[in-house]
Amino acid sequence: MTTQIAKVDRATRQRGAVSLRAAQLSYGQRVLWDGLDLDVQPGEFLAILGPNGSGKTSLMKVLLGLQPLSGGTVEIAGSAPGRGNRKIGYIPQQRSLDPALTLRGRDLVGLGLDGHRWGIGLRDRKARRARVDEVLESVGAAEYADSPVGLLSGGEQQRLRVAQALVGDPEVLLCDEPLLSLDLAHQRVVSDLINARRRAADTAVLFVTHEINPVLPLVDRVLYLVDGRFRIGTPAEVMTSETLSELYGTTVDVVRVRDQILVVGAQGALCDDQSHHLAGDA
Amino acid sequence: MENFFDFAQTGELLGLDIVHNALIAAAILGLIAGVLGPLVVTRKMSFAVHGTSELAFTGGAGALLLGIGVGYGAVLGAVVAALLLGVLGQRDSERDSVIGAILAFGLGLGVFFLWLSPVRAQTKMGLLIGQPIGGQTTDLWLLIGCALAVVLVLAVLYRPLLFASVDADVAIARGVPTRTLTLVFAVVVGIATALGVLTVGALLVLSLMITPAAAACRITSSPVRATVLAIAFAEVSVLGGIVLSLAPGAPASAFVTAISFTIYLVCRAVGRVRVQRIGDRRASVPVAA
Repeated sequence: MTTQIAKVDRATRQRGAVSLRAAQLSYGQRVLWDGLDLDVQPGEFLAILGPNGSGKTSLMKVLLGLQPLSGGTVEIAGSAPGRGNRKIGYIPQQRSLDPALTLRGRDLVGLGLDGHRWGIGLRDRKARRARVDEVLESVGAAEYADSPVGLLSGGEQQRLRVAQALVGDPEVLLCDEPLLSLDLAHQRVVSDLINARRRAADTAVLFVTHEINPVLPLVDRVLYLVDGRFRIGTPAEVMTSETLSELYGTTVDVVRVRDQILVVGAQGALCDDQSHHLAGDA
Repeated sequence: MENFFDFAQTGELLGLDIVHNALIAAAILGLIAGVLGPLVVTRKMSFAVHGTSELAFTGGAGALLLGIGVGYGAVLGAVVAALLLGVLGQRDSERDSVIGAILAFGLGLGVFFLWLSPVRAQTKMGLLIGQPIGGQTTDLWLLIGCALAVVLVLAVLYRPLLFASVDADVAIARGVPTRTLTLVFAVVVGIATALGVLTVGALLVLSLMITPAAAACRITSSPVRATVLAIAFAEVSVLGGIVLSLAPGAPASAFVTAISFTIYLVCRAVGRVRVQRIGDRRASVPVAA
């Protein structure tokens, strides 16, 4: 995990990993968010929270270059979002793969490296294999790298997803509900892997989630989106009864029980895990 | 029936030019069917292939009626079908019924064309059940040209196409133009299907486009190995089928489908054991949390 991954250079450190200025996104009349200013530093862990339809996934799409802003500017890893940017790693939510899928773990990871490139990819096969092996090892997936992915457990598949996102050595890691439908132990494994990466390589992490608790110890700042309103700050600043009541426009109680944050009264805020996909509409 | 295994006669027939040409055409077809097959299976396009092949039949029947090369008509019909299916059926939920509606109409149109056209009944039947040897002057150059085009296009598109086929969400996130690829691949499959119609007939194209690949996918999970195996299975089926059909003078299609189905059954059995083994091995290793 250490040799190949260069520490992010000085220029990256100064320019920030993600930068949004007066960003606005609207579909027709409906404004998802407006006036969003956000700077994410290399090595920072930003949790993006909010109820369904608040524009979390749309923000991911903007950063991936799949959705243009309606206003304002956005920069990620030093350039405008574009398709197939290798400096960006993407981890989707866990969705069971077809058990009969003709694909091994190492193929899934390899596609993360060069799947967007044309051709069959016969050149540099040795270097490719070495890189894939290295990343598989680093996430502890080497043992089942040659098994059909469809026969692996959800947790194992998601480990491969992390490897797939890291194999291109990204500066920014975009995670779209990567813990959804994983059990607690695997939620821990996957979030620890993501955290290890940002510590080792100063990778910025933008982490969309319904549920902050599994990643709470890792989170530097929170972007909380509700119905076009949003708040950015540390968990201590944002996750309070006062702030969330203001965002939701109704009384919301935030209760801290040991290391957990419970949000009471924000209907649909933290308890819905309806799945959504990039291929879908919004 | 006693000349079923008349090897002397088979040997004699193998010396004929007309048989040579049929075998070359079949070998080319086996190659492209094997190359495309695993992706077709992964993308769950069996029904689309069947639909395309029936419209290739319509195109071929139309060409017969107009007195132009059946091959050109079949390729044209298949490409139009692939484009229609691609444009109308981009949404998964709709694709199934769109294909059903189009292919039923196309098949009816083809039957009408055949009824109108003055050629021999055997030629007409050839479009449906295949007639690799001598029936039509199967245009070898058309076949070679189309096969080259298919292989070249696939060589360029292979990686992003595989990515989009097995892992659409992440492929989209990484900027793979999945919609365009879907359309281009549909056309490529359409061309290959049309060539299959000329050799094994519209009703039996699946035995080369789908069966060998489905068999290969049962016994390996490596996309590359699956492709190599699919090519091998398709070649064995189509060449073996034609050679076996020589002595009895029976339709080659019957032998081609029988061989490819036998391979499929064997691979299913092997695949079952394989999945069980993987399960056992994984169960015996404590899962690291």
